[in-house]
Amino acid sequence: MSAPAVFFYAFGAAAVISALAMVLNVRNTVAAAMSLVVTMISLAVVYVVLDAHLVAALQIMVYAGAIVVVFLFVVMLLNLRHDAFAQRRERLVKGAGVVLALGAAFAFLNLVPKSLPTVQQIPADFGSYAAVGRALYRDFVLPFEISSLLLLAAIVGAVVLAKRRLS
Amino acid sequence: MEALLPVLIKTLFIILVGVAAFAPVITWVERKQSAVMQDRIGANRADIAGITVLGLLHPVADVIKLLTKEDVVPTGANRALHLMAPLIASIPVIASFGVIPYGGTYHFGDTTVNLVVADLDWGVLYIFAIASIATYGTVIAGWASNNNWSLLGSLRASAQMISYEVTMGLSIVGLFMCFQTLRLTDMGVAQDSTFRVFGFLEHFGFVESLGWLSHLTLPSWGILLQPLAFVLFLTCVMAENKRPPFDLPEGESEIIAGYFLEYSGMRFGLFYMSEFIEVVVIGALMTALFLGGWTIPWLSQADIIGGVTPIFGVGVATGLCMVLHVVAFFVKVIIMIWLQMQIRWTLPRPRYDQVMDLCWKVMLPLSLANILVTGLVILLIQGAKA
Amino acid sequence: MAIPLEHVIGLSALLFAIGTVGALTRRNLIVILMSIELMLNGANLAFVGFARAWNSVDGHIFVLMVIVVAAAEVAVGLGIVIALFRNRESVNVEDVSLLRW
Repeated sequence: MSAPAVFFYAFGAAAVISALAMVLNVRNTVAAAMSLVVTMISLAVVYVVLDAHLVAALQIMVYAGAIVVVFLFVVMLLNLRHDAFAQRRERLVKGAGVVLALGAAFAFLNLVPKSLPTVQQIPADFGSYAAVGRALYRDFVLPFEISSLLLLAAIVGAVVLAKRRLS
Repeated sequence: MEALLPVLIKTLFIILVGVAAFAPVITWVERKQSAVMQDRIGANRADIAGITVLGLLHPVADVIKLLTKEDVVPTGANRALHLMAPLIASIPVIASFGVIPYGGTYHFGDTTVNLVVADLDWGVLYIFAIASIATYGTVIAGWASNNNWSLLGSLRASAQMISYEVTMGLSIVGLFMCFQTLRLTDMGVAQDSTFRVFGFLEHFGFVESLGWLSHLTLPSWGILLQPLAFVLFLTCVMAENKRPPFDLPEGESEIIAGYFLEYSGMRFGLFYMSEFIEVVVIGALMTALFLGGWTIPWLSQADIIGGVTPIFGVGVATGLCMVLHVVAFFVKVIIMIWLQMQIRWTLPRPRYDQVMDLCWKVMLPLSLANILVTGLVILLIQGAKA
Repeated sequence: MAIPLEHVIGLSALLFAIGTVGALTRRNLIVILMSIELMLNGANLAFVGFARAWNSVDGHIFVLMVIVVAAAEVAVGLGIVIALFRNRESVNVEDVSLLRW
């Protein structure tokens, strides 16, 4: 097995294990957030194996380095303790949801990939910041500008929501 | 596997020099430089059998003390997170050394020696990504200590660090536009040349009247092409390191020691050392980006090799050039470390809202303006050339 | 030799399923938001896998858009959580079920 494949399977397994640790952890919300960070960093390594270099860097910088920090900030600010899983009468509905989710994943896995052709040769700078930048600023410049408006709306919304009333 | 051996050697070299050699010496430099600045003697009592070496044994004494101290974990603290926090704080800092080149590319016959551990295409982005992981060390340390002052320190630290990361990235964009690359080795090669100071007057027809001034050249270093970016980036990266004057998270006079209050022994040693290792990383990064990396001003690599080859031959000339470049790199790193120490012992600590105001109200608009002006100048130069 | 596309999509589907399970089962609002982030990450992995298989950086552009949307959603979502906590002293999702049947 080649070195990139070893990294893919190892860090893919790490991503799944830490995702399970995040979802199944009831005692400690901060540990759940740290498991999410491990998941995201493992996914960034998987992105590097899949030649998506700029996306990997942005995944760590934005997702793991800023978004989860905000989660941690809120958890520490609100000083949250543990919570528990669902009560007995709701467990049936939630169990059905779990089965449905796993079944959908299994169906997706079985139905989609077999019919698609794949390309083996990619250019040397595939997924580099130069290639993505060219695509972003030439073909996709309008979505890029609209996403900046989206972020402005989110900033204003977050400030308004979290502000204390001055009355 | 045979490609792994040079990488291992280079990793070992940079860790031995950068981490094991520089960081303890910097603790000594900090004490002695502050002593000289404040007109006192500084720490000089540590001795072995009565021989004090100007206080150079103090780092050794510090390490021995920290290793032999008892590791106290406070009751009610989360033991796993308490243990992980110093590791999360120190590993990204050491990993940053991997992309910073301490020499250029040298050809010895068939073999090519590239003095950088990992020549990433997106080298600078890697450093920003790693710096954002280091935030977790301080955040988790404060939470896991079950202590109000630690929590306060880590809340301050997380807000400060993620704010200054934004400006850190934006202030360098002008430099990327000038050098057209994010790869640190290519930036070093681009800074190996010189530019004529009054060359832009050519397009207005003034060159003949200036005489010798039109041949005045300066090395095309980052600090000369982007002086505002140098100041902004230095401020941001010192705030990122929580170095005074931005050391409110560890505010020694207010919240005792902030987020590493409840740490003792080698866990505190890891936090302490990681701050000094980051001083070295900042020095190395500023050198690679702004001070020309490993290059010697006005003497490009071709000049040195071409000058020495007729006397000693190509192999010795390349080796000599390599040694000169590595020495030049470390001299510049030492200058940047000295500069950081000067700033630390000169400026008072601002209030927390002043720190945040500085980031969002002063440095963010300035870095955006820097990008705008740099873009305009590059467009004008390209338009004039066409 | 590239990673087989089925394995990449399998990993993506697994992460998405784990995120869905978390969003459905947990009662802590913040963990529900984190599970939604996990679902978005699973979708990102699918985009990256297909971009690699079809030699098209459009997949990466879409991943950038997803990251932007995720950041915006986290900011607003956590603002809502803070406002909710101020009123009800709890982030348990069952304490905010007034409009449920």
